[in-house]
Amino acid sequence: MVKTYSRKNRLALLVGAVTFSMMVILAPPTNKAQAQGTLKVGMTLADIPVSFGQPDQGFEGFRFMGLMLYDALINWDMSQGDKPSGLIPGLAESWSVDPSDKTKWVFKLRKNVKFHDGSAFNADAVIFNFDKLLDKNSPQFSARQGSLVNFRIPSIKSYKKIDEYTVEFITHEPDSFVPYQLCYILMASPAQWEKTGKNWNTFAKTPSGTGPWKLETIVPREKAEFVPFKGHWDANRVPKLEKVITIPIPDPNARTAALLSGQVDWIEAPAPDAIPRIKSKGFDVVANAYPHVWSWHLSRVEGSPWNDIRVRKAANLAVDREGIKALLGGYAVPASGHVTPADPWYGSPSFKIKYDPDASKSLLKEAGFSKDNPVKIKAMISASGSGQMLPLPMNEYIQQNLADVGIKVEFEVTEWNALIDLWRGGAKSPQAKGAHVINVSYTTQDPYSSFTRFLRSDLHAPKGVNWGFYNDPKMDELLYAASAAFDPKERNALLAKVHTRAVDDAAFLWVVHDVAPRAMAKKVQGYVQAKNWFQSLTSAYIKE
Amino acid sequence: MVAYIIRRILYVIPIALGVSVIIFGLVHIAPGDPLNAVVPPDAPKETVELLIKAYGFDKPLPVQYLIWLGKALEGDFGISYATGRTVSDAIASGVVNTLILAVGGIFIGTIMGCLIGALAGYFQGSWIDKLATGFAIAGVSVPHYWLGLVLVIIFSVELNVLPAMGMGPGGSTSWTWDSEHLKHLILPVITLSVIPIGIITRSVRATIAEILTMEFIQTLEAKGLRKGHIFTHVAKNAAPTVLAVSGLQVGYLLGGSILVETVFSWPGTGFLLNDAIFRRDIPLLQGVILVLAMFFVILNLIVDIAQSVIDPRMNRS
Repeated sequence: MVKTYSRKNRLALLVGAVTFSMMVILAPPTNKAQAQGTLKVGMTLADIPVSFGQPDQGFEGFRFMGLMLYDALINWDMSQGDKPSGLIPGLAESWSVDPSDKTKWVFKLRKNVKFHDGSAFNADAVIFNFDKLLDKNSPQFSARQGSLVNFRIPSIKSYKKIDEYTVEFITHEPDSFVPYQLCYILMASPAQWEKTGKNWNTFAKTPSGTGPWKLETIVPREKAEFVPFKGHWDANRVPKLEKVITIPIPDPNARTAALLSGQVDWIEAPAPDAIPRIKSKGFDVVANAYPHVWSWHLSRVEGSPWNDIRVRKAANLAVDREGIKALLGGYAVPASGHVTPADPWYGSPSFKIKYDPDASKSLLKEAGFSKDNPVKIKAMISASGSGQMLPLPMNEYIQQNLADVGIKVEFEVTEWNALIDLWRGGAKSPQAKGAHVINVSYTTQDPYSSFTRFLRSDLHAPKGVNWGFYNDPKMDELLYAASAAFDPKERNALLAKVHTRAVDDAAFLWVVHDVAPRAMAKKVQGYVQAKNWFQSLTSAYIKE
Repeated sequence: MVAYIIRRILYVIPIALGVSVIIFGLVHIAPGDPLNAVVPPDAPKETVELLIKAYGFDKPLPVQYLIWLGKALEGDFGISYATGRTVSDAIASGVVNTLILAVGGIFIGTIMGCLIGALAGYFQGSWIDKLATGFAIAGVSVPHYWLGLVLVIIFSVELNVLPAMGMGPGGSTSWTWDSEHLKHLILPVITLSVIPIGIITRSVRATIAEILTMEFIQTLEAKGLRKGHIFTHVAKNAAPTVLAVSGLQVGYLLGGSILVETVFSWPGTGFLLNDAIFRRDIPLLQGVILVLAMFFVILNLIVDIAQSVIDPRMNRS
């Protein structure tokens, strides 16, 4: 039977069809793009980071495991890429230091937060996680997890639950850097730990945090698959993608090939010489400055040529940083200090770090050196390593620059892990064999990592990592004052003084800041590269 | 013969023990703290000391060796420092994945090597010989790493006909011998088989060329035997040498290739070893090297026994 329509019905159908078509056409593209698409990411790692709470494999482990599954009490703001990331409330809604006792911090926790397994986040969960790291007698204590993160919370002396949603921390001494320390402590679910036989290795197979992603599949050395946690407490951080697959591809050429052949949509750290080719094939390469510095850490032990400020300044003026930037395919920012001028801690150094070989030669001449009578330097460097960029060609470039003004450099090339050992030992250790320089790149993400650990005199190696035995009572005063300044503006002003003093003293030979290039297919949209070691994939989506 | 086989099997024990001592010694004399790769550089000293104790590094090296050996004999290679996963599981999955790759490499390497080598040996001095010899030299000389990259650039990036990396859509956990997964095998297998082809070709060529100059061949020809018949005699005489060379190549392929597996992100023993080296994951490193070394020891045993079965003249007893 053929169905017939009256004119009125036909008109209604027509109006309905047109309305529907218009709705489809005019619907915001983001609606279509949201909640769809699988993003495949090629990491530089050779294995999937551990998923039991505190990740291994450095900040890339935090980036592609830790901060995907878990939240901290305090999070990094990764929602914008215009200015350096700051700290924002995470699982704690607010925190404050007791005005009468500045070693006492009170954290008010966020209510109605659920772990992936459905259990509730509360003060007990916070205590559980700190016991896991610090209380050797607790059943959940994990020396392995503690080893990965306890060095980031040196100030924490004790902690206790005040009520269901309040936790108190006591520090060894007044320390305003506490928020920067606690942002590394990730909250894992106590209920899931119980459910998985009270075993962290078993927990790692089905981990549960409060983070925006849930781990769906993990295949060691091959892939990890994450799906959105729709119940995340922050609606703005509910992922738009359907799935993220992270794949370890340690070889940079293999990563590039995987991207160009369409097997992955995104790669971390493409090799600088492959970037023009990646761009020519229609892929995007994004980069942004982040808190990283590639420098030479100078020895100030007795007899070191660096004890003469003229030599330190001469070295800083001899390095052609634009040339090194070109060597890196343009993906670096020439350094004029430990942090970039855009950083609130930069200050106003009077010593302007730039490429000025003539000024460098004059300073060396004043100090009694020249090309015919060069300063002799022994530098310990690595052939590779986390954050080291391209250490061999970069160091050779610097060696040539310094030779041109009258500083003769001899390299001791060491395997990366052995170099770390030498770094821990300090410039005075017998293993350093009288080296005057160690080349280990640093994070400048927080005040302690940026300045304190290298410049405070009570942290001389091996107690701390003040490798070069830097010793300046005035600097100590400033660093203590900064850690005791609880007003952020006052603290930033003091840290700016620290940095100004360090630059004016030419405490390091600063070379470049990395900009973390990453390449991706055009269909990857919505991603914002934060000025941070950590990144968020929650805003990204695939638009075919 | 039986006595020889028993004696040869007994030889494996001191060889395996020697291998285990060398592996343990080499891993431990490498510079740097064994926990460096798994503990952040500025981890507190007391935490590091706690881990040193937990992992038994505070004990004298000979004691550490005996503890490790005792557990290894029970098939327990310990727990990976880096991942907390059992080393035995990691090795088992790595070996299976490498086997998948090695089967193709062995097949192509042995067949092609014997074929090209035999042709070159039979037609010594001809253009076939020159071509085969040139191919063999190129095969032995070409760096794996470079060849793998070139193949990826041509077939994956430019032509986009073959995948550049990985074991297929679902990874090793859902490996099946279908076309979708076999596509992932082609480039790594070709890369992996080039060296064995070169080595086997050269050995087969030299052996056959030498046998063809022997008097018994002239006798066979004088007796009027057909070429096919003579070939069976040549092949039988060449077999022990070919077997010995191929056996070593099989061992080499089963051991996986760090470079090939890293270039193709193939999660086999080579990739595992690469990861273990860079993270200085000692239990994983020791376990993988021991298993790979034992592959060689066992393959040599099999080859030795097979040689004496094929060629009784060897009279090893």
